[in-house]
Amino acid sequence: MATTSHEPTTNRADPEGIAAAVRRGDRTFLGLSTSAGLMVLVVMAAIAIFLIWKAIPSIQADSANFFTEGQWLPDSDPPVFGISVLLFGTLWTSIIALIIAVPIGYGIALFIAFYAQRRLASTLAFIVDLLAAVPSIIFGLWGLYNFMPYVVPFSQWLSEYLGFIPIFANSQELWTKSILMAGLVLAIMILPTVSAISREVFVQVPRMHVEAALALGATRWEMIRMAVFPFSRPGMISAAMLGLGRALGETIAVALILSAAFEINWAITEPGGNSFAANIALKWGEAGDVGRSALIASGLVLFFITLIVNMSARWVIARRKEFSGAN
Amino acid sequence: MIRTHLTALAATTFAGALVLTACGGSSDSGSGSDSGGSSAAGDITCVDGSIKAAGSSAQANAITQWITDYQTACEGATIDYQPVGSGAGVEQFNAAQTSFAGTDSAIKDEDLVAANERCGGGPAINLPMVGGAIAVTYNLEGVDGLVLNPDTLAGIFANTITKWNDPAITALNPDLTLPDATIAQFHRSDSSGTTDNFTKYLAATAPGVWTFEPGKEWVAPGGQGSKGSDQVMASVDTTPNSIGYVELSYVLYAQVAKAAAIDNGGGPVEATSENAANTISGAEVVGEGDNLALAIDYTVSTPGAYPIVLVTYEGVCQTGLPADQNPALVKAFLQFAASDAAQGELIDAGYVPITGDLLTKVRAAVDAMSS
Repeated sequence: MATTSHEPTTNRADPEGIAAAVRRGDRTFLGLSTSAGLMVLVVMAAIAIFLIWKAIPSIQADSANFFTEGQWLPDSDPPVFGISVLLFGTLWTSIIALIIAVPIGYGIALFIAFYAQRRLASTLAFIVDLLAAVPSIIFGLWGLYNFMPYVVPFSQWLSEYLGFIPIFANSQELWTKSILMAGLVLAIMILPTVSAISREVFVQVPRMHVEAALALGATRWEMIRMAVFPFSRPGMISAAMLGLGRALGETIAVALILSAAFEINWAITEPGGNSFAANIALKWGEAGDVGRSALIASGLVLFFITLIVNMSARWVIARRKEFSGAN
Repeated sequence: MIRTHLTALAATTFAGALVLTACGGSSDSGSGSDSGGSSAAGDITCVDGSIKAAGSSAQANAITQWITDYQTACEGATIDYQPVGSGAGVEQFNAAQTSFAGTDSAIKDEDLVAANERCGGGPAINLPMVGGAIAVTYNLEGVDGLVLNPDTLAGIFANTITKWNDPAITALNPDLTLPDATIAQFHRSDSSGTTDNFTKYLAATAPGVWTFEPGKEWVAPGGQGSKGSDQVMASVDTTPNSIGYVELSYVLYAQVAKAAAIDNGGGPVEATSENAANTISGAEVVGEGDNLALAIDYTVSTPGAYPIVLVTYEGVCQTGLPADQNPALVKAFLQFAASDAAQGELIDAGYVPITGDLLTKVRAAVDAMSS
């Protein structure tokens, strides 16, 4: 592209018409791609403006502290609501999902990229991608009715043998609809995101790095540690961050599974928990004017959280760029 | 979310189409139609034209069934009921956008003032047309015929009674062997009129135990939330030693869960449409004249009266509905709705019919409507 666009200017003998035509095409393409790029910014700005504009009335009407209050009663008189429980539940379920899904996702990607035979690798990659196409309501219903009976004994085992650690303790003797349950389903949902992106990064590791490592007598695991991980670290981080992004915003599966309790409870095997997106899905239908505005205000907070997550991911990647050779 | 938007979109498009048909079709059918349209089925007086109505989604299935019946009998009639929710339904009625409103609680106070104004002085009246019952459903292996009273019910749902073999429960069920198991209590996690009515019952009958404000949101501690009556029913059905509250019709589809009998002091009463109808027909009319707004007596202890009930109303102009909104069709449709045939259909659909003196009053109020 660069050479062809320079040609008309260097070759003065070139007929004016062709040069102009090329320039017009260039200019059109430049305009189109610029406006496509700008459109993202415009949409983002429009969403932010909409959320802020709609959220202001309820935040002004809120008689409690919007950030520390745990109850969600925006349509009572006076309105009492706050995001602390929602924030806690959203982050806590997403962190559990990440802790489970990220190592497994990397494992799947490494297996596909370096260990599996080509035919098995492509089949497995296809199936993992297929997992991403399953609608989240299916995950929710499957989790609730098919997966939960298997998680309950696991939760009981956790609290029996690891109950001395507060997060595994269970004083209610109820095991369903827990934060752990939601975290497990979320983990399955973000698995394809994590593994597909890290796989793409792994296969881009320069062949020569890999072979050099092997030629120095490294085992395959040593090769992965020496050649693959340093090269792909930024990509692996962004894979995890994109997974986190999906987990934070997941709505209907979480709304179906979580018990929607408005209290902060660290115990992951007890029923409870709530999240921003699930709360919006559950409360929107019957919400009044203040209620809807309050839900939008909570959406605004989620919007900023995902923004922060993505920006910190960018920052991490940018900081490590010089060591990795990627980007 | 997406579905709500699509429905709203479809509703707008559909309503738009209906407005067009209404302009073309109903203009000449206003007054002459009473004599012109002869009844096709027993209770149905046919009136041509079309009307729009909107409101409560709780009564949507009943109204939809009646609309199907009416339109099958009367080809020239089109009735469009949009289940947009009670609040929005009353709002649209008061803004003269619809011919009647469906609402879960009687239109009162400032809304009724606005409704009277909208009816050209009116009066605007509330007509109880569709009743409902809330069943307390439980899943206990080998246990059938569980009886609960207001205090135990409130204790279970307020998380002060946490074991099935709690003395308060066993005292009510001397013949049953109740397990030494934790009660897995399920409530609605979404905002819901069912929660509103259920907590009103608890607040009215067990004020010492149920110390929370009744409302659409579940505010008591403990228990587990499920989304919608269908999910509460499914949760109870699949979780051993569980209990929950759902609209009566959902218990019909349960695999293993059963409905508890409620003892308000006059002996245990089964949750059935017939028993719930006894409570509704005994409710006190608190509206003036033909405005049949009801005050349900949740503490009713008459034998055979199931106390956890709700009533939904149609908000109408008794007089003064503008001719272009087809008062004759509204009257004919409501006459059908108050008929024995239409009320009888409610039982199969899991609703509760209006019966007895109250039904007579409803019919008189409808007959007094101007057409």
